[in-house]
Amino acid sequence: MSADSIPDSSQAFVMRARAEPTSWASATGTLAWRAMLKIKHVPFQLFDVTITPIMFTLLFTYIFGGALGGSPRVYIQFLLPGILVQTIIFITVYTGVGLNSDIQKGLYDRFRSLPMWQPAPIFGALAGDLFRYSVASALIVILGVILGFRPGGGVVGVLLAFGMVLIFSFAVSWIWIIFGMKVKTPESVMTTSFVFLMPLTFASNIFVGLETMPSWLQAVVRHNPVTHLTSASRGLMHGKDVTSDILWVLLASAVIVAVAAPIALRMYHKER
Amino acid sequence: MATAIETSSLVKTFGETRALDGVDLTIRSGSVYGLLGPNGAGKTTTIRVLTTLLRPTSGRAVVLGHDVVADAAAVRRKVSLTGQYASVDEDLTGHENLVLVSRLLGLSWTDARKRATELLGAFGLADAAGKQVRTYSGGMRRRIDIAASLVTTPEILFLDEPTSGLDPRSRNQVWDLVRQIAAGGTTVLLTTQYLEEADRLAERLAVIDHGRVIAEGTSRDLKSSIGSNTLHFHLVNPDQRPQAQAAVAGILGDGILPATDPTAFAIKVTDASQAADLLGALARAKIQVTEFSLGAPSLDDVFFALTGRPAQQEEDKAREAGKESAA
Repeated sequence: MSADSIPDSSQAFVMRARAEPTSWASATGTLAWRAMLKIKHVPFQLFDVTITPIMFTLLFTYIFGGALGGSPRVYIQFLLPGILVQTIIFITVYTGVGLNSDIQKGLYDRFRSLPMWQPAPIFGALAGDLFRYSVASALIVILGVILGFRPGGGVVGVLLAFGMVLIFSFAVSWIWIIFGMKVKTPESVMTTSFVFLMPLTFASNIFVGLETMPSWLQAVVRHNPVTHLTSASRGLMHGKDVTSDILWVLLASAVIVAVAAPIALRMYHKER
Repeated sequence: MATAIETSSLVKTFGETRALDGVDLTIRSGSVYGLLGPNGAGKTTTIRVLTTLLRPTSGRAVVLGHDVVADAAAVRRKVSLTGQYASVDEDLTGHENLVLVSRLLGLSWTDARKRATELLGAFGLADAAGKQVRTYSGGMRRRIDIAASLVTTPEILFLDEPTSGLDPRSRNQVWDLVRQIAAGGTTVLLTTQYLEEADRLAERLAVIDHGRVIAEGTSRDLKSSIGSNTLHFHLVNPDQRPQAQAAVAGILGDGILPATDPTAFAIKVTDASQAADLLGALARAKIQVTEFSLGAPSLDDVFFALTGRPAQQEEDKAREAGKESAA
């Protein structure tokens, strides 16, 4: 008998199924575990999302920092909370990319044919993504501290800022879930997203203050949710009162989820 | 015997395309049933409707007594699907993939790990348990994919082209597995483009074309419907086709199956002596032939005889259509 022949094991083929569909908690938890395993097996995923902010931070701090903020050390106090926002918003795209590649590979057919709480793959993936966002956030702040970033709001301020960024990113992820189901390839999720993300993050107060822009642009930037998120993140990290920005972010996140999540879930339930 | 699957006038349209155009099937429990047909014939669509992944446009499908639309959750509890593309996570190891599916089926972590190990052993994958699936060969991927469908024993296992793209050895392994699964009491519905595969595995089969069942029965029924043997040969000089046709008609009467290649002939014969007679007649008429062979009808022959069209063209057209609908 050759090593790779199949042993006769008809017995292994008999195992009775449970009568009840698997609960949402168990299914979502299991799929979040899968997301963790993917990070473990493909650490590049994490590397990929952290290398960009590192480059941006170094680039802006040392090349533009003098011109924009007087000195790199002064500018990084301003920039870092914004870089955090930009980075995490950019990596939300991976939610859609991952979903799309699972669909293309037929993995979602398997998930959808299993007797479990059906939206679990989406929520499991989101849970994994939140973990990824957290790791990336921590890395950015650690790097910032090494480069001279001194958050006046202390650990609590930084953690609160993380919380705001995570809430908003969770909301934005739902948009990419819709994209992930609509387009044909993971690459096109990526490409499409940049068209939206570039203006969304650059037409904000991430890199420079609002007051430096022409007045017509200020009007636009002022209403960009990313601006409010950046102000909230900056304020919280430096221990300032930014209640109105926080409320703005919470409201924007709630609106995005309220609109995008039902559409995404409906699309997911619907035949493909 | 109980009925496992019953469909009546099942229709599924994608825009203008009628992927299923009134499929009627009755499949008994405890058998291996084959859906045979070229790409784009509607095999995969049929399976996707039966596994609740697609909602039929009209018509009805009942799987193990449950309507696939009204009672989709009940169907999902009783059936498993192994799709055309290995639906496992390539980034995860074989063991992790099976734990994942086991957990999603409601097993505890301990039971899930035990079950994963057990299945890897049963499928000859114990050595590869800790390796990422992306490093697996095509045959191993197919096996882990089938294993994932058997974490809990389904009453019906759907296999969509389980051996396409596999080398002959891996194909034989999959065939062995299918036989063992069926021996365990699971009804297996498989799709295939290969008559040989349907022939070896399926007790009954349906030939599907353009979203319709155009023939149904045992493979013996199907083959004898177009003659048990088919003679194939090619002309060295295509200009001699009329003479060759005359010679064939003189010996065998009206048995020529249509063909797209002007040099190719496929002819129904009842026994080998007719082939010998024909070879003699061709030689006397000074018609040179090559690749003279006598064999069982191929899928092309069956398909051609049933539809009057070659399977290959349809396949190409279907692929085009598939591309369009995917675009």
